[in-house]
Amino acid sequence: MIASSRDPDREGLAVAIALLVSLAIGSALMLAAGKSPGHVWWLMVQRTLFTDAYSLGQVIYKATALVLTGLSVSVALDAGLFNIGGEGQVLAGVVACAITGAALPASTPAALAIPLCIVVAAAAGALVGGVIGVMRVWRGAHEVITSIMLNSIVAGIALWLGNELLFQNGTTTGPAIVPGAELPQLGFGGSSANLSVVLALAAVVALWWLRARTTWGQALLAVGRDPAAARATGISVGRVQIYAMLAAGALAGLAATNFVMGHEHAFEEGLGRGIGFLGISAALLGRMNPFGIVAASLLLGFLASGGLAVGQEVPKELTEMLQGVVVLAIASAGPIARRYARQAAAARPSQVNHEGAS
Amino acid sequence: MIAAELDKSYPGCRVLAGATLAVAPNTVHALVGENGAGKSTLVKILAGIVPADGGTLTIAGAAVELAAWDRRAARRAQIAIVQQHGAFAGSLTVVENAVLGAEPIRRGLLDLKPTAAALAALGERLGLAIDPWARVDRLSLGAAQRAEIVTALHAGARLLILDEPTAVLAPIEVEGLLRMMRELARAGTAIVFVTHKLDEVRAIADAVTVLRAGRTVAVFGHAGSAGTERRVAADVTADVTADVTADRTADVIDAHAIARAMVGGELPAQTSIPAPAGAAKIVLALRGVSVAGDLAAAPAPGLATHAAAGRAGAAVAIAMREGTMTRPDPHAHALDAIELTVRAGELVGVAGVDGNGQRELALAIAGLAPYAGTIELAGRDLAGRTPRQRLAAGLAHVPEDRQRGGLVLDASVADNLTLGRTDITGRFRIDRAAVARFADARIAELDIRPAARGAIARSLSGGNQQKVVIGRELSRPHLAAVIAAQPTRGVDLGAVARIHDQLRAAARGGAGVLVISADLDELLGLCHRVVVMLRGRIVGERAGTELRSGDARAALGELMTGSARGAA
Repeated sequence: MIASSRDPDREGLAVAIALLVSLAIGSALMLAAGKSPGHVWWLMVQRTLFTDAYSLGQVIYKATALVLTGLSVSVALDAGLFNIGGEGQVLAGVVACAITGAALPASTPAALAIPLCIVVAAAAGALVGGVIGVMRVWRGAHEVITSIMLNSIVAGIALWLGNELLFQNGTTTGPAIVPGAELPQLGFGGSSANLSVVLALAAVVALWWLRARTTWGQALLAVGRDPAAARATGISVGRVQIYAMLAAGALAGLAATNFVMGHEHAFEEGLGRGIGFLGISAALLGRMNPFGIVAASLLLGFLASGGLAVGQEVPKELTEMLQGVVVLAIASAGPIARRYARQAAAARPSQVNHEGAS
Repeated sequence: MIAAELDKSYPGCRVLAGATLAVAPNTVHALVGENGAGKSTLVKILAGIVPADGGTLTIAGAAVELAAWDRRAARRAQIAIVQQHGAFAGSLTVVENAVLGAEPIRRGLLDLKPTAAALAALGERLGLAIDPWARVDRLSLGAAQRAEIVTALHAGARLLILDEPTAVLAPIEVEGLLRMMRELARAGTAIVFVTHKLDEVRAIADAVTVLRAGRTVAVFGHAGSAGTERRVAADVTADVTADVTADRTADVIDAHAIARAMVGGELPAQTSIPAPAGAAKIVLALRGVSVAGDLAAAPAPGLATHAAAGRAGAAVAIAMREGTMTRPDPHAHALDAIELTVRAGELVGVAGVDGNGQRELALAIAGLAPYAGTIELAGRDLAGRTPRQRLAAGLAHVPEDRQRGGLVLDASVADNLTLGRTDITGRFRIDRAAVARFADARIAELDIRPAARGAIARSLSGGNQQKVVIGRELSRPHLAAVIAAQPTRGVDLGAVARIHDQLRAAARGGAGVLVISADLDELLGLCHRVVVMLRGRIVGERAGTELRSGDARAALGELMTGSARGAA
């Protein structure tokens, strides 16, 4: 219930302002590239959403992973921790999931292989996230520092494991996972979209329910907003923060199911790279609300996939820049929205006369 | 000198609705009112900190353009303010703060020495001893406040606004401050003195303006100082008007009439409850409890409070005209072998100047600070028990700072009322119907305003915020002991009465209640027994009829300041 206490009008206004600003800046960039913005935007929408099923499938594929890494960032931030270790947590999930999937006997049934690989991916991510949480709570090491460093450490371990054990004769691809561990594709013109989207949506609903309807969520948000108040009411701040980082790591690790079990079916150098950082954008854009993160992930997925779809018209880099523009706009839209909300409230005759000065 | 009629609204809340204030030269003008009446907003507008929405402002006969009225304009007009929580940067020295924004440069280098010397000299002359070279966060709250006052006067203030300056001071410090205000007024600086405390008003104010709900509801004045400025707003009840008239003839400022104007009616009757029999069960016992002195200097994560800043300067000696009072040595024990018992049904007060171990006492009992010695709750040793286990075992804890530690300000009233209260919410899944019922019951019981369980705690006034904390803590089931730290600090009179009622009700219900307060009068009116803390020890105690005798206040005050014979 603490989650519901933010002003929804203001949040919506901030997002709307940010999107309008991004649209304007994107249009200016297209003009600078010598293209008609209206034409390019229309092509992007048309191809991605209507004519090209593959592009739409890629939006879903990208958004699936973004939802999970976005939730990962938001659940940590709920507890007052800035988890920028999504990269390492995703990669840990990818490596563990791929190794487990490949090590299973070829005849392992899906009913066993799929849950096992999902659990391993989540556990590997949770391990990395948990280390960050424990170092923060027990040793006071700042999570931004430790999570950046763990990104490097996990990347090193992954590459080392790949070179020593996994990469097959001269390639940078590891052995394939068993067929039983593969998640079914959703079709969409042979796109990479796959059934892990169900997992992501289940995580969204579960997290919304936990935050809004349970004492765990109440404790989580209390710790993030006022640790001293949480302590005074008997909540163990350290324990909640460690649990939050375990959950954050597990969510990021689950993104591996999208990449390994749903698409690549093996560990590959660079698989899933960037999705952990982009999850920060999804979480910011989604205003830390689970459903908002779904919408934000779809938008970011649309920009990425749409950028490829109009690749002949404008350089791909332009739509990559747009993803950054959206995040910058949302980060600066909060104060503007607040001012508008204030003016709107001042224009209205005051309905409530609560004593609230001093 | 200055006359103002001002409007100000925040979203959803009209703070000032044509509030008027007229201050005559050479006077101390008290501005009183309940929390949320708009006092702070009014003086912040005068000082240019907050813009007004509308109204008029006249300074020394000249009308001021309100749209262009800001901090700098106020400074040019020589209006200075010392705010409730101080405005100095803690990591800078007093003199560095004094020159901030107008740094004196000599040969390209910052030259602080002349300013420091001037500040020290001015302080000396005013009897406000300050050390210009002391870092502000090493100063006690009182010393930091003195430094701000001297700095404001150094800049040449014709009008000095003091926003609740006495809230954190010991009685002896308050006396010094009041005397200083008197002398400043005589020397030509008009003073606006914002306060809750009517005895202070009676002691020094030449005139009084009473605000209620953003309006000026009454103006009282000593004859001879500002005889013509008395005006009463139209909505004041006839009986207040009658009182004002009575004042005029009596030629005194009647504290009772002011109090009635503030709350708009009679104060709830304060009924004391009988002390428990000597044989009543001991519900809270502290035996040889000590807490290390570096707690405030190195707070555990999430434990820091504003008090840390004040306490960090514990070693600083406060030199005062009345004598020298030393703060505890930070390397000594913050709490030193405390022996204290509270019986069922007993209200025990802990008096003392802020920073003498009261904070650590509360934290140790609540399990929020590590301690040596034994604390027993209802006969059971609490060693090794977590805060949650202590609360479950029958303890209620009202933390000293409602804004940091008492409430989650960005959460709703209902959330704050049920935070950690798994007896209401259920262990895992929140029983929303039960939460709503519980929240509505507490809101009705304590008259929390606005009466909306979904309201964000931040939007409530201080008094209502504190009612939320009280509502959560004192409604715990099977209460054995209550520890209430500064339960009415910065809270308006109506809320004080309700909070006191709740504390008495807890005692009547069989809990032992320990009330920590810097306000000695509060403890004298509420408690069966008052102990005094100084430098981490209990240095004295008064109980029962001793508290009702005329000299109890003076005796306890001497103990608090360490000036009593044989104490310390």
